[in-house]
Amino acid sequence: MAKSALLKSSIAKKVAMALSGIFLMLFLAQHFFINMTSVFSSSTFNSISHFMGNNPLVQYVIQPILILGVIFHFIMGIVLELKNRSARPIAYAKNNGAANSSWSSRNMIITGLVIFAFLGVHFYDFWFPEMVYKYVDVNPLNETRYFHELVAKFESPVRTALYCVSFLLLSLHLWHGFNSSMQSVGFNNKYSRSLHKLGYVFAIVVPFGFIFIALFHHFNH
Amino acid sequence: MALDSKIPNGPIADKWTNYKDHINLVNPANKRNLDVIIVGTGLAGGSAAATLAELGYNVKAFCFQDSPRRAHSIAAQGGINAAKNYQGDGDSTFRLFYDTVKGGDYRAREANVHRLAEVSTNIIDQCVAQGVPLAREYGGLLDNRSFGGALVSRTFYARGQTGQQLLLGAYSAMNRQIGRGKIKMYNRHEMLDLVIVNGKARGIIARNLITGEIERHSAHAVVIASGGYGNVFFLSTNAMGSNATAAWKIHKKGAFFANPCYTQIHPTCIPVSGDHQSKLTLMSESLRNDGRIWVPAKLEDAQAIREGKKKPTDLTEAERDYYLERRYPAFGNLVPRDVASRAAKERCDAGYGVNKTGEAVYLDFAAAIQRYGKEQVLIHHLDANDKELIIKLGTEVVSNKYGNLFQMYYKIVDEDPYKTPMMIYPAVHYTMGGTWVDYNLQTTIPGCFSIGESNFSDHGANRLGASALMQGLADGYFVLPYTIGDYLSPDIKMGPISTDTPEFAAAEKNVKDQIERFMNTNGTHSVDYFHRKLGKIMWDKVGMARNEKGLNEAIAEIAALREEFYKDVKIPGVANGFNQELEKATRVADFLELGELFAKDALHRNESCGGHFREEYQTPEGEAQRDDENFAYVAAWEYTGKPSDAVLHKEPLVFDNVKLVQRNYK
Amino acid sequence: MKLTLKIWRQKNAQDKGAMVDYQIDGIEPDMSFLEMLDVFNQDLMSKGGEPVAFDHDCREGICGMCSLYINGEAHGPDRGVTTCQLHMRMFKDGDTITIEPFRAAAFPVIKDLVVNRSAFDRIQHAGGFISVNTSGNTIDANAIPIKKEDADNAFDAAACIGCGACVATCKNSSAMLFVAAKVSQYALLPQGRLEATDRVLNMVAQMDTEGFGNCTNTGACEVECPKGISLENIARMNREYLSASLKG
Repeated sequence: MAKSALLKSSIAKKVAMALSGIFLMLFLAQHFFINMTSVFSSSTFNSISHFMGNNPLVQYVIQPILILGVIFHFIMGIVLELKNRSARPIAYAKNNGAANSSWSSRNMIITGLVIFAFLGVHFYDFWFPEMVYKYVDVNPLNETRYFHELVAKFESPVRTALYCVSFLLLSLHLWHGFNSSMQSVGFNNKYSRSLHKLGYVFAIVVPFGFIFIALFHHFNH
Repeated sequence: MALDSKIPNGPIADKWTNYKDHINLVNPANKRNLDVIIVGTGLAGGSAAATLAELGYNVKAFCFQDSPRRAHSIAAQGGINAAKNYQGDGDSTFRLFYDTVKGGDYRAREANVHRLAEVSTNIIDQCVAQGVPLAREYGGLLDNRSFGGALVSRTFYARGQTGQQLLLGAYSAMNRQIGRGKIKMYNRHEMLDLVIVNGKARGIIARNLITGEIERHSAHAVVIASGGYGNVFFLSTNAMGSNATAAWKIHKKGAFFANPCYTQIHPTCIPVSGDHQSKLTLMSESLRNDGRIWVPAKLEDAQAIREGKKKPTDLTEAERDYYLERRYPAFGNLVPRDVASRAAKERCDAGYGVNKTGEAVYLDFAAAIQRYGKEQVLIHHLDANDKELIIKLGTEVVSNKYGNLFQMYYKIVDEDPYKTPMMIYPAVHYTMGGTWVDYNLQTTIPGCFSIGESNFSDHGANRLGASALMQGLADGYFVLPYTIGDYLSPDIKMGPISTDTPEFAAAEKNVKDQIERFMNTNGTHSVDYFHRKLGKIMWDKVGMARNEKGLNEAIAEIAALREEFYKDVKIPGVANGFNQELEKATRVADFLELGELFAKDALHRNESCGGHFREEYQTPEGEAQRDDENFAYVAAWEYTGKPSDAVLHKEPLVFDNVKLVQRNYK
Repeated sequence: MKLTLKIWRQKNAQDKGAMVDYQIDGIEPDMSFLEMLDVFNQDLMSKGGEPVAFDHDCREGICGMCSLYINGEAHGPDRGVTTCQLHMRMFKDGDTITIEPFRAAAFPVIKDLVVNRSAFDRIQHAGGFISVNTSGNTIDANAIPIKKEDADNAFDAAACIGCGACVATCKNSSAMLFVAAKVSQYALLPQGRLEATDRVLNMVAQMDTEGFGNCTNTGACEVECPKGISLENIARMNREYLSASLKG
């Protein structure tokens, strides 16, 4: 079978979707752990942030891959959604989806789009200023600025609320996404039952952890 | 015309081998110049289509369903017999042959049955090679169960869905050939006539059920594998679409119809619940291993139960009549199907029926639950006086054995069979009669073959459990591919057969005329109205017990109903499009003729044998009384214009290898 | 019971079709859903109407011919049953029941509630078989011992009746459960391993050609499947497909 046919196949697409999702979840996990340090120690947070912001491997290899991963996951999600919609040109007059599937599984496109929109806000808040700071204005290195920048952003109640809502939707996205990605890569058998529970724990702990961090800084500073 | 069964000479065990050694073969290069039409894609038709295509013939297969996978073979539950002797319990080809002939009440053709027993083992090998997931033991080898009428365990099974798995096996073999272009599949097509050119079957007229188009299809041979005619009773365990049209059309074109009165009434079906009933559901025969069958001993109790004033569990042991155990102490609840069915009817006719229609008896598992429960208590050293525990453990055992059947019953009847006895009643299940065929499975029309349930050949007057699947696959995989080659060998240089001939035109016109007539009748009643009426006549007068008076009445009533049907049927919609009422009309028109021949055959057979019970011919104890001196023959009917004018031809049955005895289950 | 039926009526494949409201009385709880439609059709015909076309055959839940999307669910609200096994006691007097055909681009409507599911057959033509000719000389059935667990799992997958409820119920009209059932059955058996690579590649390619959507693992198919075919089969097919792709 030609490789081009593989890329067009439905299963290859969903595996690609799953792999990019798994990659993003790994990113999310490390982002979560780094941010969590801000709750306990501003200096730890500053030093890790400084490392991440200035390490050439992170900056020039991992960061572009991450951005590509996000874009890929987003575009693939849209492509699949369009294809799936075209697979049923006439909708049911009455459809009781709740009888057989979870809301989160049926509405990944909605939660996904909200998360994508949130990423725009997030980039506007942190990533663009960071890029300008480092590569446009070429400011001198400052290993202690990160914590203050973080705290400053969560002063606004509107922004904090926006973050909280977005993380709720992220939780829903992960609630289905984690286990869905496992199923897509073929990991569903009698040995994988416990992984299901891990998926639900991940979908709760990480987004609600982020919410906690946002609220923590909002109310404590 | 004298019937020639073409049974090969020689000892019975060598006939088939000798036959295969001496037939004419068609070389592989020539097979691709030969076309074969197969009508029906169940176990027989599907396996034949796949095998003939593998051999190189061009196969055109037809089914009225939307896919070959839906043929009604799929509904067979229990299993398939094969003389593998994997259990080492003394089974052999001869024993399977003997049991089948005896089970058929000595009305089957010995040579055919022996061949069936011979190829039975190949079927299992073939199906396993195809990936059919037959049940296995922990050691990885195939499991067997035992079935009625046999003293050995020779039944292979796939849970309660053996027919489904075997059919999907044949379907997969077909798919391979459809993918290769060797089978051209015509789904949602119904054969409506046979085309005969120069005395040989050369094609069919079929209706495309989606577009309504009438199509001509030619071939060098035509194989009918369209199943049985149980739906002549309207209510049966057959699928709604199961019909006799293909078989009846070839009958009207010259194929003799054999033993139409041999019908199997299965004793354990879920009873009719009301006038709306569209079909009956079978509960596997295996339930009779543990269930006890009874009715109330007193008429007033039966009436109280029917009126809902009493419940079956209210009756004490003394108030119950376990009539099978009473009448047949030796076999008890495990008497053969025909005996069990008649006994249930006898009790209900006498007023002891237990549901609101008065046509149901109880199948009770309370005793089995107690027995298993006590056993479990002993095995696990638990409290033998704890009644609830005994019931709980006993219920678990019964559930493990029959859980899916109990669940099915619960869904349909809405009563919990673990707590209250099941209600059952006999229902039409299988037809042993069918188109007459010779040893080659060829009908009396050269080039027209009939396989599976649609022919008459292997089951005599009564079919044993787990033998239908065996016969269907034997015919399709292992018999027809040889015999049809022998027939086709002179035709190798013939080339494609034109459909542009007067014979095709005449057959097509015939079909179009009939359809036009239906569409223009514009009467007052739907097809179902007539079908239900026919079914009632058949069930009341040509059902489980028949007598001369009733049969004569049935013949007259069916003829009158047929006349009324043609005058008063109403078909809405259009002929040139999807029209399910029109489909039903063409089928019921044929049932209305077949039913009459059925009654005529039952009337002429002045004996009782297997599924045919004449009230005049019974022993003083009420058992079937065979008349081997006068009726050890196949009754093959020739169509001469109307069913009532059908001419009887007799094929004498010669038994060289089994001794004829009266069946006794006391 | 008295009911309001909202039924999709469509004369033929070209017709646009619409939902039509009907009233029906005298329905008994013991009737199956299809018997209710029988009674309804007889009533409709007696009033000069054209009966509603719907697919059905065995009426005991095994042939897979019946379909229907009833009140927003494939085969209606009951679990583990086909429409022919659904009984009217699942509904209440005065209920409104919405009845639609199975909807998918790959299942075009033929008439009213009847759809064309030939796409399923074509997927099977692409690889739903083991290439073994009929000969009577294949090896003895017991020459290939198969672990009971594998045989049972293969059976569970093989229990698929090809009704299309999985496609109908899937928000993406994906046929993954159907295809996975056949791929799994053969993948679990030694007889099927020889052709496993080609089989999964060809069947998936055909599935994609037919215009089914992509699986997003909502799990609705498993819930609505009348035979309880497990999602594990889809995971197995994904594995089979990936390893086949790497090999191929």
